[in-house]
Amino acid sequence: MELSVERLSHGYGDVEVLSDIDLRIPQGRVLCIVGPSGCGKSTLLRLIGGLERPGRGAVMQIGQPPADCLNPLTFIFQDFALLPWRSVADNVSLVLEDHRLGRAARARIVADVLARTRLSDFAGALPRQLSGGMKQRVAIARALAVNPAVMLMDEPLSALDAQTRELLIDDLIALWTRQPFTAVYVTHNLSEAVRLGHEIVVLSRRPGRIRESVTIDTPLAERDMADAELERRQKHLWALMRDEARAADAELIDD
Amino acid sequence: MTEARAEPRKRPVPFRGGGFRPETRRGLGAVVLIGLLLVIEWGVAAGWISPLTLPRPSDVIATFGALHETGMLYAHLFPSLSRLFMGALIGVSAGIAVGFMIGLFTYARAGLVPLVAALFPVPKIALLPLFVIWFGIDEASKYALIAFGTFTPTVVATYGAVDNVDRTLIRMGQSFGLSWWSITRKIVLPGAMPGILSGLRISLAIGIILLVAAEMLGATHGVGAYILEAGSLYDLERLFAGVTILSVLGIIVSAGIGRIERRLLRWRV
Ligand SMILES: Nc1ncnc2c1ncn2[C@@H]1O[C@H](COP(=O)(O)OP(=O)(O)OP(=O)(O)O)[C@@H](O)[C@H]1O
Ligand SMILES: [Mg+2]
Repeated sequence: MELSVERLSHGYGDVEVLSDIDLRIPQGRVLCIVGPSGCGKSTLLRLIGGLERPGRGAVMQIGQPPADCLNPLTFIFQDFALLPWRSVADNVSLVLEDHRLGRAARARIVADVLARTRLSDFAGALPRQLSGGMKQRVAIARALAVNPAVMLMDEPLSALDAQTRELLIDDLIALWTRQPFTAVYVTHNLSEAVRLGHEIVVLSRRPGRIRESVTIDTPLAERDMADAELERRQKHLWALMRDEARAADAELIDD
Repeated sequence: MTEARAEPRKRPVPFRGGGFRPETRRGLGAVVLIGLLLVIEWGVAAGWISPLTLPRPSDVIATFGALHETGMLYAHLFPSLSRLFMGALIGVSAGIAVGFMIGLFTYARAGLVPLVAALFPVPKIALLPLFVIWFGIDEASKYALIAFGTFTPTVVATYGAVDNVDRTLIRMGQSFGLSWWSITRKIVLPGAMPGILSGLRISLAIGIILLVAAEMLGATHGVGAYILEAGSLYDLERLFAGVTILSVLGIIVSAGIGRIERRLLRWRV
């Protein structure tokens, strides 16, 4: 299944947040969206995921999601959004309970995704007993449990410290390498973008438009931080972002 | 210049943390209560408290003994407990249901919030004569009074609690395609539980107050009737025995809710 965003515009009241966005989200690839703060990245993701109705334009779903997919468009949130009163395993099982699966099948899925995210030993723990990185791994496990056609991630690593973030990037790359998933990954961290993105879209300051789109062909597993090519890409992206951020600041001063 | 050469004085950094986190000390409440009773006992015995103002606690205990032996304690206690239970059950369940509706539905909120605001400050005791006409002089009017009195605070606590449920959790539920019913039952209800339970403490205390009021105005048996009779005879021992029953009831209710909270809200930090 693929997604395509067609001439999408959106605003709140008089404020135009997104303007004329055209995007294609091909299957099995990670599309990163970067842009200055407040440019409408989260809004775009909510529109793609159907949590909000677009003002103009549309988000189209091309083809059918795979048969065993329980929730085609699945979010991973910046603040994890775990239910504090449920254990790790029950947080994962929550999203399976509305489907006719049978107790055994559900337990098998939960055990499988917890193993894939290396959380099997913490199945009975409550969220408050976990570190930030583990909480986000629970959220990733929960997303994997419904076998999504497209994962929508809104700054999933922003609430974590730098080391944990590195480890989770490695986790995500390992997960993708084992079983390529389709994802839209919003971030303002450019090194995350160049390590995880097959395509990186830079949005302009508000109202967000597509400023530039960069494709990186190096396979995810072969990208390392010292790669000169990635460095160059990141510098280029940073130059674009800096211009936008400066311009956004200047606008505020002019007002 | 001996001072300059001397070792700089060394002392531990003063501690400034701690506090603002009262803990429970088992039995301390009982110590305070017993201490107070002993002081009164001593005061009345020694004569610096007039026996007209306070009874001797030991006499009150003796009254309890007599009440227990004649069986009158239970003849008064059981009707009161069943009234409180029935009335509070009706009022609290209706209150939670309406509170959820106000918390979840636009039209319920727009239509019912002003109504609840209008009902809340009405002293429910003033409505007892009306309830007697509507529901008869029997138990039903007492249930109605207690139910009505516990209803409004429960509604207000419940919809406040529902409003406070973390919206990102609800959005998460929607993003995973959970049904409306699942979101309400598995996300909104547990998320609102802390607020509902603390509202319940207030509602049930109000329920006990109204129970006594209702029994004072029209009952032959019940703690309220017992206190009223003792008061009109100026029988201080029995009056205080009745008041003690109410206090104990209050303690039991509060401890019960504390238990439920510890059980249901273990997940809280
Ligand atoms: N529900 C809403 N109602 C009104 N305005 C909103 C709403 N949601 C977002 N906005 C506005 O839309 C603009 C874009 O918000 P959005 O959260 O999409 O930005 P973002 O790119 O995700 O920013 P950040 O990098 O800080 O996460 C902001 O100016 C914000 O104030
Ligand atoms: Mg955002």
